[in-house]
Amino acid sequence: MSLRIGIDVGGTHTDAIVMDGDRVVATVKCLTTEDVTTGIVAALRVLREQSEVDPKDVRAVMIGTTHFINALVEANRLAPTAALRFGLPATAALPPMVDWPDSLVTAVGGRSYLCHGGVEFDGQDIADLDEDEIRRAAHDMLSHGVRSVAVSSVFSPVSAEHELRAAELLAAEAPELDVSLSHEIGRLGLLQRENATIINAALREMAAQIVDGLAAAVHGAGITAPLYLSQNDGTLMEVDYARRYPVATFASGPTNSMRGAAFLSGLTDCAVVDVGGTTTDVGVLRHGFPREAATEVVVAGVRTNFRMPDVLSIGLGGGSLVHGTGAADVAVGPDSVGYRLTDRALVFGGDTLTATDIAVAAGILDIGERGRVRHLAKDFVAAVLADIETKVARTVDRMRSSRERPPVVVVGGGGILVPDTLEGAGTVHRTEHFAVANAIGAAIAQVGGEVDRIYPIEPGRREAVLDAAKQEAVDRAVAGGADPGRVRIVDIDEIPIAYLPGNATRVRVKAVGDLVLGTDSTDGVA
Amino acid sequence: MREIQAAELPDIATGAALLGTGGGGDPYLGRLLVRREYLRGRTVSLLDVGELPDDALVIPAAGMGAPTVRVEKLPNGDEASTAFRMLERHLGRRADATMPVECGGSNSMVPLLVGAQLGLPVVDADGMGRAFPELQMQTFGVYGISGSPLAFSGSHGERGVLDTGTDNVRLERLARGVTVRLGGTVSIAQFAMSAADVRRTAIPGTLSLALRIGRCLRESRERYRDPFAALTELFKETAYAYATPVFSGRIVDVERRTTGGFARGTATIESFVDNSVLELAFQNEHLVARVDGRIRVIVPDLITVLNAETAEPITTEALRYGLRVTVFAIAAPPIMRTPEALAVFGPRAFGIDADFTGVEELA
Repeated sequence: MSLRIGIDVGGTHTDAIVMDGDRVVATVKCLTTEDVTTGIVAALRVLREQSEVDPKDVRAVMIGTTHFINALVEANRLAPTAALRFGLPATAALPPMVDWPDSLVTAVGGRSYLCHGGVEFDGQDIADLDEDEIRRAAHDMLSHGVRSVAVSSVFSPVSAEHELRAAELLAAEAPELDVSLSHEIGRLGLLQRENATIINAALREMAAQIVDGLAAAVHGAGITAPLYLSQNDGTLMEVDYARRYPVATFASGPTNSMRGAAFLSGLTDCAVVDVGGTTTDVGVLRHGFPREAATEVVVAGVRTNFRMPDVLSIGLGGGSLVHGTGAADVAVGPDSVGYRLTDRALVFGGDTLTATDIAVAAGILDIGERGRVRHLAKDFVAAVLADIETKVARTVDRMRSSRERPPVVVVGGGGILVPDTLEGAGTVHRTEHFAVANAIGAAIAQVGGEVDRIYPIEPGRREAVLDAAKQEAVDRAVAGGADPGRVRIVDIDEIPIAYLPGNATRVRVKAVGDLVLGTDSTDGVA
Repeated sequence: MREIQAAELPDIATGAALLGTGGGGDPYLGRLLVRREYLRGRTVSLLDVGELPDDALVIPAAGMGAPTVRVEKLPNGDEASTAFRMLERHLGRRADATMPVECGGSNSMVPLLVGAQLGLPVVDADGMGRAFPELQMQTFGVYGISGSPLAFSGSHGERGVLDTGTDNVRLERLARGVTVRLGGTVSIAQFAMSAADVRRTAIPGTLSLALRIGRCLRESRERYRDPFAALTELFKETAYAYATPVFSGRIVDVERRTTGGFARGTATIESFVDNSVLELAFQNEHLVARVDGRIRVIVPDLITVLNAETAEPITTEALRYGLRVTVFAIAAPPIMRTPEALAVFGPRAFGIDADFTGVEELA
């Protein structure tokens, strides 16, 4: 038996599932409670009743949650935070949080300290560290009530020495401060990496409380297996890591949903089309993982370079308004009646023609009162469905990442609007367990390791450099708990850098592997 | 003279990114630097070159180095003004105005920063009308203005003056070496010249053009208008005169390599409507676009790659498989198409074995 429990804590529902290998054994859906813990306890209790799983047989518990991103968006429960940056005499003109919304700077009590240090692109020091400068900053932070600090340093993805030394000094001078280091969080691009690190620092206290709550809930259910949180990129982090790096769990929701849906369809390379009430979200999976967004991601008004899935949203869903009067001028969306579908749609006695009404008129959906849409002309209904098909097909086409036409997995409440064939796409699949796809996505998550760095590549040395980068990514995955025999490279990206000597090249490598599951619940990897 | 409003800075940045023709660096950080001066109560004004007396002194300002370094090793904020003051001291004379060397990409913002910090107006003109990868590739040098003396400054306050006489190619090589030694990014001031020389050698109206391009794209988006048609109309009223979408399709291949410190490569785009293929060659900026093997646009005409839906400019670094793009070509102004100009930044200056023909004739 290799039983795993996947839990998704959303804003409204807490879902839990049990998997045995690749088989879904049981699923439950409960309401999320304000303290998070009670909802999980309830879900685990129902799960146990349903599946008669012995908690002692559970090998791992994986949790996905949107709590941290919600806390940031609501500027709620954020710790008093300071940013400590090493870069002087460079960087002074653009201090930490320079482009943040004022309200968020206030909410994190944002104090900034600029210190000497950091390195050049080739690893040479910009300036020596001034240890007294760091000590003075630490004492000033304490005297101003700072409880969490984000440390960033110029080119720390090339050399993290100054960030690491600062962490040592902070631990000695002010052991009560939580410390987050930028090289462990983001990639090249100082402001964006630093932003992510400050957000992480501001979430640390809340992360500790949530993680304690999660652990208590799971242990309270008699489960002693290790606990993991799912990350933005669909890989896992150990629960203790989540205390230190909550920011890495930010976007796990859409990632888990896509991965779960694909898993249920048995596909690893596909497009996932999630048709909701207001929008249709399309993402692409490659080797079972979502393709990441190439551009910056703005969260709560802050530019970051998180590893986020690339999702394209269009205003099309079950509640979309249908515009036009005849087959010639028909258009669906982008506006929608949203959550008021059951008041406003014709079939529910309302006065607004929505995509849902069209589905009922076409006979592909049976809800509400069909008589209320009988007046719609057949060719008009057909034209509306054709418009929906075109819009979905075009969105899938835009997200396509290879010449091959990808199979499409259609999920979500409005999925019925998507026909069984889509122009430019491969076969269309539908899944039944989608209601708990997020929890399944969490349960099937693997362990990842990533390298993102500038390397000088001498002529004839390219293979050797790439091999070294791959090995480091594999080592990181293994360090994170992956089975050394089952780690593979899923992504390699090389970008030559202009205007630098020595063929400087930015190399990104990502490795993932299956989690090592303990042979019994007492020797897990946590 | 017209004061630039803080709210106009994002539009200038967008327009400058488009004029970067795939390179030139992201103007985002430069925009933050200028905004910082505005928050301190400083402002900067754009000046038509006709507003200056013939003997007024204009010193252009720019940054030199790798955009990838610039996003990591942020400036201390004084570099550009330090280099500018250094050149003034070297010349023994105060400047009456500054101006861009390169209106495309991040270098559009440097003169605005210097102007705000030193209280100088910025001449609405530049020497490239776009972005180019090397210092000698501008109209000032083409029409007889020497790049020397060149003053530089790094983030440690290091500064100096380089002088290679009238040889602008040797100056590029020397300054590039210094830049790498100083960490891969420096600020420079060079091409000090009289207002009369600016009138003779510069491409006029390019900073306000960046502003108008940015505004045009934003308003097209806000009002659901076709941004490409709006851009074509806009360019009709400028020295560029002719601009048109030449190809729309999906990127199906991107191949990159680094040689001689430049990011070179090729992107292949397949048409949405038929089987034709556009092949785009780049060296930091886009150099030549061939449709089914036949040249359709070639440097120094501007080749921009824009998001097919939003017309947002896409840099060469961001080109990747699957993107849906429209290749939008802009004719270079006549001053950039003379035999002297083409000798410096025409096709052969980039190792392309072809003569220049204007995009309007290749249609």
